[in-house]
Amino acid sequence: MIRKLTDCCSIEDIPGGDKKFRFSGRLDRKSVPAIIEAALKSMHANPPSKVTADLSGVSYLDDFGVLALERIREAAAESQASFALEGLGAKAKEILALFRFDERKKREAAKRRRKPGLMVGVGRATIDQLLDLRFQVAFVGSVLLCCLHLMLHPRSLRWEDTLESMKKTGADALPIVALIGFLLGLIMAFMSSVQLKQFGANIYVASLVALAMVRELGPIITAIIVAGRSGSAFASEIAAMKISDEVDALYTMGFDVTRFLVAPKIIAALLVVPILSIFANLFAILGGLTVGVLMLDLTAGAYMDQTFKSFTAFDFWFGLFKSAFFALVIAWMGCLRGFQARGGAEAVGKATTSAVVSSIFLIILWDSIFAVIIQYWG
Amino acid sequence: MSEHTLIKVYNLTAGYGEQAILEKVSFEVYREEIFAILGGSGCGKSTLLKHMTGLIPPISGTVTVCGVDVHQSDQDSYRRFLRNIGILYQSGGLISSMTLAENVALPIKEYTPLKEEEINYLVEMKLEQVDLKGFEHHLPSEISGGMKKRAGLARAMALNPDILFFDEPTAGLDPITSAEIDELIIKINRSLGTTMVIVTHELQSIFRLAKRVIMLDKMVKGIIAEGNPHYLRDHSGNPAVRNFFNRISTSHNATHESRS
Repeated sequence: MIRKLTDCCSIEDIPGGDKKFRFSGRLDRKSVPAIIEAALKSMHANPPSKVTADLSGVSYLDDFGVLALERIREAAAESQASFALEGLGAKAKEILALFRFDERKKREAAKRRRKPGLMVGVGRATIDQLLDLRFQVAFVGSVLLCCLHLMLHPRSLRWEDTLESMKKTGADALPIVALIGFLLGLIMAFMSSVQLKQFGANIYVASLVALAMVRELGPIITAIIVAGRSGSAFASEIAAMKISDEVDALYTMGFDVTRFLVAPKIIAALLVVPILSIFANLFAILGGLTVGVLMLDLTAGAYMDQTFKSFTAFDFWFGLFKSAFFALVIAWMGCLRGFQARGGAEAVGKATTSAVVSSIFLIILWDSIFAVIIQYWG
Repeated sequence: MSEHTLIKVYNLTAGYGEQAILEKVSFEVYREEIFAILGGSGCGKSTLLKHMTGLIPPISGTVTVCGVDVHQSDQDSYRRFLRNIGILYQSGGLISSMTLAENVALPIKEYTPLKEEEINYLVEMKLEQVDLKGFEHHLPSEISGGMKKRAGLARAMALNPDILFFDEPTAGLDPITSAEIDELIIKINRSLGTTMVIVTHELQSIFRLAKRVIMLDKMVKGIIAEGNPHYLRDHSGNPAVRNFFNRISTSHNATHESRS
C-alpha cells in the first residue's frame, strides 16, 4: 500500500514491517521540512524493521535533502531498523559524497558551548579584573611619562588637536551645560523656597543654590554631561582606530601613541571642564535669581549679595579643583577603554558604554572621598 | 529572453546621484554558468553588482532576475527574490556579535520551520563544506580574513540560493586559500547547479572559474569585451583587453609603442 506523505514523498508499507520512502521532485529547503515531519511521524507511529529510501525520482538534491535522509536514518537506528538507499543516480551520489552522508553513520551530538560553573565564572572575572588593573597601571605610567616629556618639550604637544578637542569638549557643550545649570538652579530655588518661606527665610534660597552648586553640584553635573558627551566620543574614536589597525599604524610609524592621541584629550578636558563648571554655577545662580525675583519678592541686588556672602574663596577653588580632577577621570577612562577595545564593530559600542559607566562611577566615588576629606580638614 | 537566461541587464545606466559610472550596459547571465565581471579598480564592478541585487536603484534601465524586475517589484516579491540569492561580501559581511554557527544558522532559522537540532546539523554540513569544522563557536573577530570569506560563503549558501553573487571572493588572500575558494565555487556550481556571478580582478581565478566574462572600462563607462577569458586573452581586437589579461601595464605599453 502506497501512501502519499507530501508532494515529494510517499511511503510504501511492505508486509513484514518494512517501509520504503519514495522521493520525487526537488528535495530542497521548501519541501524538506514537511518531509521530515511526516516521515518521522509515520516511523514513530509504526516502527519498521527495515527502511529503504528510493531516490530514483529526485530531480534536485541538496544539503536540505541530505538532512531529510539523515533524520530518517537516525529514526531507523532508534528503532533498531536497517537503512538502505536505492535508485541513486550519478548526481545524487556526487551530492551525498559532497556532504559526506556515508561518513556520518553516527553523528556526534552538536557540541554546545557549555555554561561555565560559578567557580569558573568567579575565577574568570577575577582574572579579568586583575588584567584590567595591570592595563590601567601601565596606562597611568605611559601617561605620566608623556606628561613629563611634554613639560620638558611643550612644543611636541599636538596643539591643533588639543584646540579641536577643547572646542568639542568645551564650547560645543556650553549650551547644554548652561540649560541644565539654569534648570537645576530653578528647581533648587523653587523646592527650597517651599520650606524656607514658612520661616520667612526666603533670602537663604540664594545661599542654598550658590553653596550647593559651587561646592558639589556644579562640578558633578558638568562632569556627568562631559562624560556622556566627550568621554564616550574619546572611547569610540580610539576604539574605532584600534580595531581598524590605525593605532598600530601610528605606533609602527614611530609615534608615541599616548602623546598623539591621549595627551591632547586629557589637556583639553583639564582646561575646559572647570570653565564649563563655572558656567554651570553662573546659570544655576541665574535660575535661582529668576525664582527669587519672580516668586519670592527678593530684589536682584539682595539675592546676589547673599549669594556671594554664602561661599568662600576656598569653596570656589575647591570646586574648580574637583572639576579638573573629574575631567582627568573622564578623559582617562575614555582613552583607556578605547585602547582596551578588541574585535569588531561591537567592541566600539562596548568601549563607549564602559567608558561612560566607569567615568560616572568614579566621579561619584571620588566626590564622596572629597566630601569626607573636606569634613575632617575644614 | 531565452529559457537559459537567468539574469538580464538591459540598457542599465548606473551611478551615484546624477553621476553615471556605467552607461547603457546590457548583458545576460545564463542558468548554471559561472559568469565573471572584470575590470580595473574604479570601473564600476561593485556598483554593477549592487544594481544587480537591487541595493541601489539605477538611473535608467532594468535588471531582470528569474523574470522579476528587481527594481520595479513590490516589497514582497523583492523579499522572495532576496531569498533566492546569496551574496558574499568583500569582507565576509559576518555579524560580529554572533559566532560562525549563529551567522550561518541565521537565515535558516528565519526562513525555514526546521527544528534547532536539524539546523545545527545543516550548519555543521555547511561549515564542513567550507573547511571550517571546529570553528563553529568562534566569533568573526577571532578568525583570519580567508576564514571570514569562507564563513561568509557558508552563510550565503545557507538556503542554497539559485544565484550566488561574489564581490571579490579571493582579493587579499594567499594563493592557496584563493585556489581553495575557487575550487569550492566550482564544486558548488557543479553539484548544486548554482549560477555564480563573480566580480573580480584576480586573473588566476578568472581563468580557473569563468566560462564567460564581461570586462568593464572606466573611460568607456561600459563593457569593452564579452566572451571566454582564454579567447579574449589571445584574440581580442582591443589592446586594453589583451593587456589586462596579460598583466601588461598601460604605461609600459605606451613607452613600448613610442619606442617602436
